[in-house]
Amino acid sequence: MDLNYTDDQKAFRDEVRAFLADHLPQRLSDKVKGGKRLTKADYEEWHAILNAKGWLGVTWPKEHDGTGWDAVERHIFEEETTAAGAPRIVPFGLNMLGPVLMKFGSDAQKDHYLPRILNGDDWWCQGYSEPGAGSDLASLRCEAVRDGEHYIVNGQKTWTTLGQYANKIFCLVRTSKEGKPQQGISFLLIDMDSPGIEVRPIVLIDGEAEVNEVWFKDVRVPVENLVGEENAGWTYAKYLLTHERTNIAGVGFARAGLSALKRIAGEQMQGGQPLIANPFFAAKVAQVEIDLMAMATTNLRTIAAAAAGQAPGAESSMLKIKGTVIRQEINALTRQAVGPYAAPFVSEILDEGSNAEPVGPEAAMPATQAYFNNRKLSIYGGSNEVQRQIISKAILEL
Amino acid sequence: MNFQLTEERQMLQDGLRRYLSDTVTPEAIAAATDGATGLDAELWAGLTEMGVPGAMFTEEQGGFGGAGFDLMVVFEELGRAGAPVPLIESAVLAGGILAEVGHMDLVEEIIGGRIIGFAHGEPASRYDLAHVQTRAEKTDAGWHLTGAKAVVQHAPATDTVIVSARTGGDVTDQDGISLFLVPTAELHMRDYPLNGGGRAAEITLDTVVPDSAVLGETGAAYPLIAAANARATAAQCAEALGLMETIKHLTVDYLRQRKQFGQPIGKFQALQHRMADVLIEIEQARSAVINLCGHLDTDDCDMHVSATKNLIGRAARLVVEESIQMHGGIGMTQEYALGHFAKRLTMVDHRFGDADYHLERFIRLAAA
Repeated sequence: MDLNYTDDQKAFRDEVRAFLADHLPQRLSDKVKGGKRLTKADYEEWHAILNAKGWLGVTWPKEHDGTGWDAVERHIFEEETTAAGAPRIVPFGLNMLGPVLMKFGSDAQKDHYLPRILNGDDWWCQGYSEPGAGSDLASLRCEAVRDGEHYIVNGQKTWTTLGQYANKIFCLVRTSKEGKPQQGISFLLIDMDSPGIEVRPIVLIDGEAEVNEVWFKDVRVPVENLVGEENAGWTYAKYLLTHERTNIAGVGFARAGLSALKRIAGEQMQGGQPLIANPFFAAKVAQVEIDLMAMATTNLRTIAAAAAGQAPGAESSMLKIKGTVIRQEINALTRQAVGPYAAPFVSEILDEGSNAEPVGPEAAMPATQAYFNNRKLSIYGGSNEVQRQIISKAILEL
Repeated sequence: MNFQLTEERQMLQDGLRRYLSDTVTPEAIAAATDGATGLDAELWAGLTEMGVPGAMFTEEQGGFGGAGFDLMVVFEELGRAGAPVPLIESAVLAGGILAEVGHMDLVEEIIGGRIIGFAHGEPASRYDLAHVQTRAEKTDAGWHLTGAKAVVQHAPATDTVIVSARTGGDVTDQDGISLFLVPTAELHMRDYPLNGGGRAAEITLDTVVPDSAVLGETGAAYPLIAAANARATAAQCAEALGLMETIKHLTVDYLRQRKQFGQPIGKFQALQHRMADVLIEIEQARSAVINLCGHLDTDDCDMHVSATKNLIGRAARLVVEESIQMHGGIGMTQEYALGHFAKRLTMVDHRFGDADYHLERFIRLAAA
C-alpha cells in the first residue's frame, strides 16, 4: 500500500502544471473561477490549445492521436486542469462518441470523424434522452425507418446539452419494435443542418439555456451513418456510458468548489467574525471536506484498479452518488455563505465584458446559480436512484 | 385546545385561495419581476380590495385582524400561489412600526393599498438587526442621512421608505438607532430582479430630511425594529409553508403521472418513502408555524421565532432538493411550475436569518 504518486507520475504532474502556467489563458481561467458564461469560442479556444500540445484526446490511444495516458495520468491531468480553472473539455465528441467509433465504427467512420473531433471541425451533441425515456432509456421511441440508402428519422430528443453549438448529433433511434426494448435500438450519426431538424432551447432554473429539445421530422440520414450493426445500438450506448462515467467522481470540481467556499466564507462577516470561524458553519465545511478526502481515495482505488486493467464496473455508481452529493453540499454551503446577497439575479453580469456591477459580493450570484444548476448532477448521466439500483443489483446481488 | 380556524379566518382563507388561483399566473409573476416596479398592480389592487393589508392590523389600529393566525392564513395562501407582493414590507414591517409609533394616518393609507418600504439591512449587516452603519447627523434643516442599504425588497414599488440610521452608539449597538420616513425620490436606488420573483434595490443615502421625518424617539428604535422583524419572520415562515404545500402537490401529481419502466414512478418504494419523509417535514413545518403564530404576542416570542425559522430553513432545503430530484430533468426547467416555487422557497433561508443563525440564537435564548 503506497498512497503517493511514483516519481514518473510526479514528473508528469509537474509537466502538466508548467503547461497550464504557460498556456492556459488567464482570460479563460478568470471566467471559469468567476462563474461567468463560457461561449462556444471559449471552449474552442481551449480545445485548440490542448490539441496543439497533443493533449486533447485525453482518453484516446496514441494510434488515434490521443495521449495514450493511463487512468492515473488522466486523473492527474483532470485534477490539475480543474484546479487551474481551465474550461472543461466538452465531452460529447471526445469522451463519448470517440471511444464508441474506435471500438465499433467502420474504418471510414474512424478516418473521417476522429480527426475532425480533435481539430474542432465538428461539435457533437448527444441524442439519448427523450421526454418519455429518461431513467428508462431503453423505452426510447425516436424512430428510424429504412428507405433505400437512407433512414427516415422521426421523433424527439431532449436535455441535449449545448446542442445549440453542435453541427452533429449522435442518436439512439428505434429501428425495431420486436423483442425486448433494448434489442431494437440503433446508433446513428446525424448532421444537425439536415432538413427537418429543429432545435429549441430549454431554459433551466438558473436562467441559462444550457440544454435543448431536438425535433426530427422526416430527417433523411444516409445508411453509412449507422455505427456498427442495426439493432445493436444498446451495446454501444452502454459502452459509451461507461466512458461518460470516467471522472464521474468530480474530485477536481469538488476541490475547486471547496477552496472557493473557504475563501468566500472567510470574507463574509457574521457577528463580528469571518463566517468560516463560526463553529456551526465551520463544522459543516469540515464535514464535507472529510467526506471529500475519503471519496478522493475511493476514486483513486478505482483508478488504480482501472490502470491495472480491471474494467470499471458498479464502482462508478458509488462514485457518481458520493461525488455528486459532495459537490451539491459544497454548492449549498456556498449559497448559504453569501447570505442576503444570494437573492439578486442580474443575468448580464455573467457575460464577459458586461458593464453591470455585481450586486453585493462578486461571488454571490454565481454561488446561487451554481446551487440551482448543480441540482442536475444527481439527475443526469443516470440519476442517483438508477445508480443505487445498479449497486444493489451488481454489487449486493439483491 | 382547538386547531380550527375561526369562521372569519376560514372565509378569508377560502376567498384568498380562490382569488389567487384565478389571478396569479407564471406569466404575471414574470411580467412583474421584469417590470419597472416589480409590482403586479392589478393583483395588489385586488388584494387591497379584499382587505388583505387590513388583516395585518388590529381593530384598534383600524384593521380587522393583526394576530399571529391572521398572518398565518394570509401568508400561507400567498405562498401557495407563489405571488411576490409587498405585504411583508409595507403592512408588517413599515405598517407595524408606524402603528407602534402612532402614525395612524399612514397606517390607514397602507390598509388602503399604499406601499411604504422598509430599508434596514446593510451590505455588511448580514442577519444582525443591530448592525447599522448608516448615519443621521443633526443639521439646522433636520437630519442628514448618509449610508447604504442592501436588498431592500419591493423598494421600486414604494413612494416612501422607512430608513434606519445611527444617531448614536457604535455600529453594532442596539442603542442609538433611529427611524426616518424618507420619500423614495430622495434615495439613490439600483434595482434588480430577485431569484424567486419580485424586485429589490441597493439604496445609497445622502439626503436631508426634516425633524418631522423621525419616527418615535431618536436612538430608541431597536425594540420597534426587532418586534416588526419577529412578525415579518412569522409571515415569511407561513409563506414558506404555503410554498411547500404547492411543491408537495406538484410532486405527488408527478409521481402519479410520470411513467418509467412500465409504471408510475410513484409505485417505486424508494420514492414512496422519500415522499413520505417530505410530507412529515412539511407537517413539522406547519406545527412550527402554528407554534410561532400562537406565541407572537408572548414573552416566549423570540425563542419561537428562532425555533421556527430554523426548522423552516431545514425543511425548505429538503423539500426543494427532493422535489427537484423526484421530478428529474423537468424539475430543472424554468418553464415548469416547480422551478419558481423551488427558488422562492430556497430564498426564504436568505432573509431574516438562516437556519444556522437561528440555531445559534435558539441555543442562546434557551440558556438564558
